Amino acid sequence: MSDIIKIKEEYLLKLKDDLDLNNINQIKSELFGKTGKISNEFKKMGSMSSDSRKKFASELNVIKDELQETIEKKIKDIEIKEINLKLQNEKVDVTLPERSFKRGKIHPVSQVIDEISSIFSEIGFSVAEGPDVENEYNNFTALNTPDNHPARDMHDTFYLDDNKEYLLRTHTSPVQVRTMLGGKPPFKIIAPGRTYRSDSDQTHAPMFHQVEGLHIDKNINMGHLKGCLNYFIKEFFEIDKIKMRFRPSHFPFTEPSAEVDIGYTLKDGKIIIGEGDKWLEILGCGMVHPNVLKNVKVDPQKFQGYAFGMGIDRLAMLKYGINDLRAFFETDYRWLNHFGFDPLDVPSNYRGLSR
Amino acid sequence: MKFTINWLKQHLDTKLDDQKIIDKLTSIGLEVESFESQSSELDKFIVAKIIKAEKHPNADRLKLCDVDIGQNEKVKVVCGAPNAKNDLLTVYAPPGATIPKSQTKLSVSKIRGVTSYGMLCSESELKLSNESEGIITLSPKKYIKQVGKKYFVNKNQKVVDLSITPNRADCLGVRGIARDLAAAGAGKLKNKNKSKINFSGLNKIKVKIINDKNQGCTKFGSLLIKGIKNTESPKWLKEKILSLGQKPISAVVDVTNYVMMDLNRPLHAYDADKIDKGIIVRNSKKGESFEALDNKKYVLGDNMCVISDASGVLGLGGIIGGVRSGTELNTKNILLESAYFKPKSIRSTSRILNLDTDAKYRFERGIDPNSIEEGLIKAAELIQNICGGTISKINITKKEKSNHRAIKFPIDLFNNTTGFKVEVREMNKILSDLGFLVKKNKKELNLKVPSWRPDILQPIDIVEEIVRIKGYDRIKTELPEKTRNKQTLNPHQKLFHFLQRSVASKGYYETVTWSFTDSKINELFKEEKPEVKIVNPISSDLNVLRSSIFSNLIFYLKKNLDRDAKDISLFEIGPIFSGKKPGQQEIVISAIKSGVISRLNWIEKERKVDVFDAKRDVMQTLIETGLDDKNFHIKSNAPNYYHPGKSGAIYQDSKSDKPIAFFGEIHPNINQKLQIKTEALILFEIFLDRIELHKNKLKDQKNKYEYSDFQKSERDFAFIIDKNLNVQELVKIIYKIDNNLIKNVKVFDLYEGENIPSDKKSIALNVTIQSLQKSLNDKDLEKINNLIISTVESKTGAKIRS
Repeated sequence: MSDIIKIKEEYLLKLKDDLDLNNINQIKSELFGKTGKISNEFKKMGSMSSDSRKKFASELNVIKDELQETIEKKIKDIEIKEINLKLQNEKVDVTLPERSFKRGKIHPVSQVIDEISSIFSEIGFSVAEGPDVENEYNNFTALNTPDNHPARDMHDTFYLDDNKEYLLRTHTSPVQVRTMLGGKPPFKIIAPGRTYRSDSDQTHAPMFHQVEGLHIDKNINMGHLKGCLNYFIKEFFEIDKIKMRFRPSHFPFTEPSAEVDIGYTLKDGKIIIGEGDKWLEILGCGMVHPNVLKNVKVDPQKFQGYAFGMGIDRLAMLKYGINDLRAFFETDYRWLNHFGFDPLDVPSNYRGLSR
Repeated sequence: MKFTINWLKQHLDTKLDDQKIIDKLTSIGLEVESFESQSSELDKFIVAKIIKAEKHPNADRLKLCDVDIGQNEKVKVVCGAPNAKNDLLTVYAPPGATIPKSQTKLSVSKIRGVTSYGMLCSESELKLSNESEGIITLSPKKYIKQVGKKYFVNKNQKVVDLSITPNRADCLGVRGIARDLAAAGAGKLKNKNKSKINFSGLNKIKVKIINDKNQGCTKFGSLLIKGIKNTESPKWLKEKILSLGQKPISAVVDVTNYVMMDLNRPLHAYDADKIDKGIIVRNSKKGESFEALDNKKYVLGDNMCVISDASGVLGLGGIIGGVRSGTELNTKNILLESAYFKPKSIRSTSRILNLDTDAKYRFERGIDPNSIEEGLIKAAELIQNICGGTISKINITKKEKSNHRAIKFPIDLFNNTTGFKVEVREMNKILSDLGFLVKKNKKELNLKVPSWRPDILQPIDIVEEIVRIKGYDRIKTELPEKTRNKQTLNPHQKLFHFLQRSVASKGYYETVTWSFTDSKINELFKEEKPEVKIVNPISSDLNVLRSSIFSNLIFYLKKNLDRDAKDISLFEIGPIFSGKKPGQQEIVISAIKSGVISRLNWIEKERKVDVFDAKRDVMQTLIETGLDDKNFHIKSNAPNYYHPGKSGAIYQDSKSDKPIAFFGEIHPNINQKLQIKTEALILFEIFLDRIELHKNKLKDQKNKYEYSDFQKSERDFAFIIDKNLNVQELVKIIYKIDNNLIKNVKVFDLYEGENIPSDKKSIALNVTIQSLQKSLNDKDLEKINNLIISTVESKTGAKIRS
């Protein structure tokens, strides 16, 4: 047996023992150090004939690789062993609380506005806006509600000057006026936003939210109005079977006008939408009055269409079982936590409106 | 508008049952608010069950009963009846009920030291019999399922309460409602009774309508009834008045009210003997006054339409009469007025005087000018029947002629508006039933509008008449098209939406507060902005439009803290106002955070929130929104409600003239003033309208993806710089040295104190250097190192710390 095979056998045997890292390093230097056994063998090659050198070199390299691999493997084994040993002392009680995090919430009104926008987006409406402070013309006169009109009494208006020229908008309808004055038909918009009336009790707040809808084009009739709202109500309440009733009403800015009721029943004091024989009024709508169209420079001979307005807060209350309107605006941390939505819960068409 | 079904049937021949009539009313646009019996005092008495009857702790003869009155909670009632025992069914009277026999009103009271809520009643107390020994015993068979229900059956007639829209003046009278119902097929409108009055003699009281400017009265009809005996109304009339929840007064007054509600024809009765000479209808002069029938004195302005005589004002035409000429039970001769007043005049006068009456309500909506005589005749006849007397001829004074309005109605308009067809024959019938005169002319209907429909002005109004009578359920449902020609949200709206959710995701609760606020708190946050007062605020502490959202946030934060909540993070996104004109507002997101981080935490160290928490939240939000913070410029000029040394302003770039955001700790004085009890309070606000958005969509904004695989090096530097020099400058200077090589500059230490002069600070920076073209060798690195040191030293006077 040649020397090198002897070295190999000897050390492979040694490496089978139970060794620690020091032992291995010792072996490593014995073999591959400057004067290590394998290193020495390499040195011998200088004095060999080229034929035998070639053979010897290839044999030596094979042995070197084998030894090195064995050593590497041994080192890894030891390291893993040591880690495993250490791990036995590294156990924590994972039932202790995690590091702190804070969850934020989106207000139900905002969530419902996003739900509404998402639904109307699907059928081609875009979102329009207008200022909270309006002039008397946009809020009333342009909407066919002249100064002496009794309908003005129904809107308990907040005024900002003694001449009653500037006011807080009493409804989102002035956005119709602004939109139509600022563009050319067709129009297909919704306008969610804050509205104000000086009215305050259990069911009224001096500020609340409405969403206005407006669709003006050629040949838009009451059938389209009905279809649009029918679609919206079904999507919003996320139920297929919904009872809906259109009944005649009056708004100065629409003719004919309608109010829409949805069917509901009371179960353990809670309102269940969709079934039952009771009716709940949820919105007002109608065909935009020709006088309004004239006021906003749209030719009523060529264009017509519908408008609607509904209370966002009320829709939120109905959908999410919230009883008290006033609580929406009282910033009670507990209430916000209870009724608020996760910020990542963004209503969308493809993911679904609500979780 | 209230009426009973029986009253309706005086005008309508119908076979429909009550419920069908109710449904029909709503379906033609006369919304039924309620249909129930006028409430009765006896409604309060309730069938109850004694759950447990125990001895009263302080009285031997009394019992303390737990009583089931059909609600979740049992009530405790002290009772002296010997027969009160467990499971007895009896009658309970709650606090507030009036006992029929004694006419005493119950209240919550303590009886021998124990509170008793209401009372259990004997038959005698309820006037059912003389039995006063013990409380009523009800048979379980009949009453066991009635616990909580009314004991007495309400025998009052059911009253329909309609909510009449402002356009339908004609339906403020029962006959108008009957007409609408008849047109909708609910029955037949009965013919009016022919009057059998004998008119005798002339009405000697002369009426003159003065030609004043904007005279509010155009037609004044009147008649005299002489020699009456005014009296209490007969039973049938009293019942009618009572059924509407009103009080009968005298036959004369009740009759005028009855005719008003029956025909929507307001009338007024004067004591003819109290009228000085004749009636003069004229405009008032400023300062004139009179005492009205509501016993209040009204001082009039100029140009209000008054009914007067030679001695002065008698009443406000169409609104309210005066005490001086009012009728009383001993009135012998009356003048009955039936006139037409213009809605505009009525409205402006009543608004100025803040006066609301039944007559005003009707006149401002528009009364039928042609019903003057009908009203006079009907009322005179009834008064004569009840009070006797002789009726004079009718006297009518006119200023304007009332013509029937004519409308040409294009038949196609109906189909075009509603989407369904109705035969012309049917249109004709509906309109005729509603009182229109109809003539067909090719593709049009030539219509004459009835005088009681002032709301019908143009063809579209005719569409509504036909479609509401046909029924809205006839309108087809056209499915909406799912196409979109325009983006749902514009870039600004997307920003709103994104910021809202971005801030919330950092642990803030979104709230919505009023757009108005308390001027006293607003003052603290409004800076130089003008105060925008509300002329008629809902309350004195919500009297201005908010100049900042913080006034409300801090108000509600305090409320929550006072409720013992801790570590609160709130934000709101919404408008703030800088003037009273439309458009003088901007959208702001404002956030507030109080207290400490990691309160009572087993693993993290508790610390107060500070300015750098605020800065983190605002910066992260802006960056997530898509803004490039590389260009941000931070200054220390935050508004005066921030802590002057611990706050900043963020500019979108160094050239912007307005900051897009502020952040910082609150000014301690504000905490002090508002008594906010928390360890620390930080704020930030972002001004959405000031943010300049990229004109390109994100897909076009992304740069080419470039990266370097060449060796990168990190070098640390510590500079001693002037305390006044801000780190932002220092970092900017370093970046500028070689934008291509210097990839990142990170501040990792700030040191002030020992070994550093008191006007200096030490800033430690870690600079990452990497080339896109090659691996940098030692020489290259040495060069850039030296350049960094020399540039910083020369530009800032800093010294490298060795």
